[in-house]
Amino acid sequence: MDFEYSDEQRLLSETLRKFLNTGYSFDARDKIMKTAAGYSDDVWAALAEMGILGVPFAAEHGGFGGTTVDMMVVMEALGEALVVEPYLATVGLGGQLVARGGSEAQHTRILPALIAGKLKMAFAQTERGSRYDLRQVSLRAKKAGDGWALDGEKCTVLHGGAADLLVVSARTSGGDSDERGISLVLVERTAPGVKVSEYRTLDNQRVADITFTNVQVGRDALIGAEGAGHALIEEVVDYATALVSAEAVGAIKYAHDATLDYLKTRRQFGVPIGTFQALQHRMVDILISYEQAKSIACLACVKVDTAAAAERRRVVSAAKIKIADACRHVSQEAVQLHGGMGMTEELKISHTFRRLTTIAQLFGDADHHLERFAQS
Amino acid sequence: MDLNYSPEETAFRDEVRGWIRANLPDALRDKVLNYRELSKDDLLSWHRTLAKKGWVAPFWPKEWGGTDWTVVQRYIFEEECEAAGCPPVVAFGVRMCAPVLLRFGTDAQKQRFLPRIYNGDDFWVQGYSEPGSGSDLASLKTRAVREGDHYVVTGQKIWTTLGHYGDWIFCLVRTNANTEKRQDGISFLLIDMKTPGITVRPIVLMDQGHEVNEVFFDEVKVPAEHLVHEQDKGWTVAKYLLGYERMGTGRIAFSKRELARVKDMAGKAMKNGRPLLDDPRFRDRLSRVEVELMALEITNMRFLDQLRGGRAPGAEVSLLKIKGTEIQQAITELAMQAAGPLAQAFRPVNGDEGFDRLTASLFPRYCNLRKATIYAGSNEIQRNIIAKATLGL
Ligand SMILES: Cc1cc2nc3c(=O)[nH]c(=O)nc-3n(C[C@H](O)[C@H](O)[C@H](O)COP(=O)(O)OP(=O)(O)OC[C@H]3O[C@@H](n4cnc5c(N)ncnc54)[C@H](O)[C@@H]3O)c2cc1C
Repeated sequence: MDFEYSDEQRLLSETLRKFLNTGYSFDARDKIMKTAAGYSDDVWAALAEMGILGVPFAAEHGGFGGTTVDMMVVMEALGEALVVEPYLATVGLGGQLVARGGSEAQHTRILPALIAGKLKMAFAQTERGSRYDLRQVSLRAKKAGDGWALDGEKCTVLHGGAADLLVVSARTSGGDSDERGISLVLVERTAPGVKVSEYRTLDNQRVADITFTNVQVGRDALIGAEGAGHALIEEVVDYATALVSAEAVGAIKYAHDATLDYLKTRRQFGVPIGTFQALQHRMVDILISYEQAKSIACLACVKVDTAAAAERRRVVSAAKIKIADACRHVSQEAVQLHGGMGMTEELKISHTFRRLTTIAQLFGDADHHLERFAQS
Repeated sequence: MDLNYSPEETAFRDEVRGWIRANLPDALRDKVLNYRELSKDDLLSWHRTLAKKGWVAPFWPKEWGGTDWTVVQRYIFEEECEAAGCPPVVAFGVRMCAPVLLRFGTDAQKQRFLPRIYNGDDFWVQGYSEPGSGSDLASLKTRAVREGDHYVVTGQKIWTTLGHYGDWIFCLVRTNANTEKRQDGISFLLIDMKTPGITVRPIVLMDQGHEVNEVFFDEVKVPAEHLVHEQDKGWTVAKYLLGYERMGTGRIAFSKRELARVKDMAGKAMKNGRPLLDDPRFRDRLSRVEVELMALEITNMRFLDQLRGGRAPGAEVSLLKIKGTEIQQAITELAMQAAGPLAQAFRPVNGDEGFDRLTASLFPRYCNLRKATIYAGSNEIQRNIIAKATLGL
């Protein structure tokens, strides 16, 4: 076993952190999230420039050919800085579906542009009643001429409003909750019949409800084989779950550091509040949660690349259970130990609290993954 | 021991329920149940409706408008108000300033302020905390210097809930900086917020709402007749008040209503083709909170019963505060969990056609309720109090 990051990974981490420390301060982020788009084109271009958008993609398309552990390095840094750009949606979801399931033609058309920062993507999967069940797909795609016509609704699509290109899960056969009969279809966000309602989230990202009314796409819009999309969806959502686990580790690290610092500097009763034993033990428990979260995230990131499907499911769900608990525990404690200040918009800790709260439920809450863990 | 309502109590409940049904405007109820921000007018209009009926301050002495209800009747009243979605009666006047005036105020102060508090003529707020003085309240620095028949007040308060609605603020101020114990040298002052030299600045909380403020005092002249109790003896007043403040933070009836609403939501949300409420994992989480609340309801009654003789609340209210606030928080968490992925949408970027406001309010509510374990003496401080006062540790 080797728990160290490689030299390359360290370099990647340093480059990204240097950029975030100088170009993505809390104030800079504040300005970005208040713009109409909710993210910064300049930051996106810089991420492309540094090669961050290409980390997991093959060298032949302009990527770095990185592993998920390389991605862990990236996600931890993004989590610590609470980056609001649509990285997960583009690189972790949309881009992965294309890279893993797409044809040569799709690869060449999409991946180089994505890596160069010229194309953003999102994955339209969740529906109003589907909760975290990846088989629940009722949006229909019917054969129409040479291609397909889509009708239905998706909701809370991560960064759906920013995406140029959507991957939509659509039912081409079977009942609404059948594993078989789900297909993946590429749709331009601006295609006729696509209506996007965008929302701010409380953690300052964006989601969108998207309705599709007789949206026509060609035959070449299909990713993979017709009706066989479920396995790829599950694989990519597991991958993205490993990524948000790593993002959570970064955000938890920030919460840990900021709270520890606060305990050492905030004075009440004539002493730093960190001298109260009741709070010392609470701080220790935060540290324990951090270490455990980091370990399980490492495990998930390694296994999504190497394990067969059954083991991958089991490990990713294990990770998400632990991560959800850690998100909840650390975020709540960090705010509590900051007292009133922890409640304010002005302090980064409250933003970290919100991001961790979102991650706890993203791609399934602890209950969902407990069930999946027990079954796998 | 009999834990059932008597026929008289049941009749009383029906009376209250009927009256609320006839008098609570639908628009106001909808605002409350949809977690919308309540304006000063919203709060005061309901306050005045209750005042007209004679029900705004049940626990005050009868001569000042109290109802002489039993502890059980008071609880029934509170429960009916919450269940129906009545706006809260803001505590700062009725539950905090008034008990202080009744206990420590001069006749003139009582005559001047109590009827106005009762009738909702003045909106009161609480000026205790300062940037450097939260848990350690006795370290407060806002200075009041006696000059002739006035005090001149300079300093800063923070976290002043609804300070932007405030007509009057009761403050703890330092009148003597040279005492051996910091608790000595503090005084309790009533300050008209229209006095020159007062600036109120909003603080935005992480739910994006504006409910707390900073209040700055720059050489504010306060008539000496607005001193309550003796100069430098304000700590006695402060401690007396904190007991009452904490008694109101358990909010058991409120939690009962909110829990019922989460059940309702979870009955409608679907998981694997069945209501989430039927999912054993979720159901267990919900049941644990429900059971805790059932116990706390009785604990609350037991403690209130002990206060019947008019004794001021003591360390037992700390227990109610700790459990009550933990339950409030757990319920907001269950609600968010029930909404699942739909809890993410917060505000529409353009146009809000078809936007589900109720679901969108669950995440901000979860964030907002984190305050409950921080304010009115953090739960850590409450545990310190119990350890010392009840357990003698
Ligand atoms: C939403 C909101 C509304 C409020 N409304 C009002 C209001 O209307 N009027 C008003 O005067 N005040 C109000 N407060 C202020 C509130 O009373 C204080 O926030 C509270 O007393 C805690 O003080 P602090 O925020 O300075 O935290 P600190 O005292 O700095 O505490 C930080 C952390 O240290 C812990 N801690 C401190 N001392 C000890 C100890 N000895 N042992 C163990 N742990 C300890 C605390 O529990 C907390 O977790 C409000 C606060 C909030 C958040």
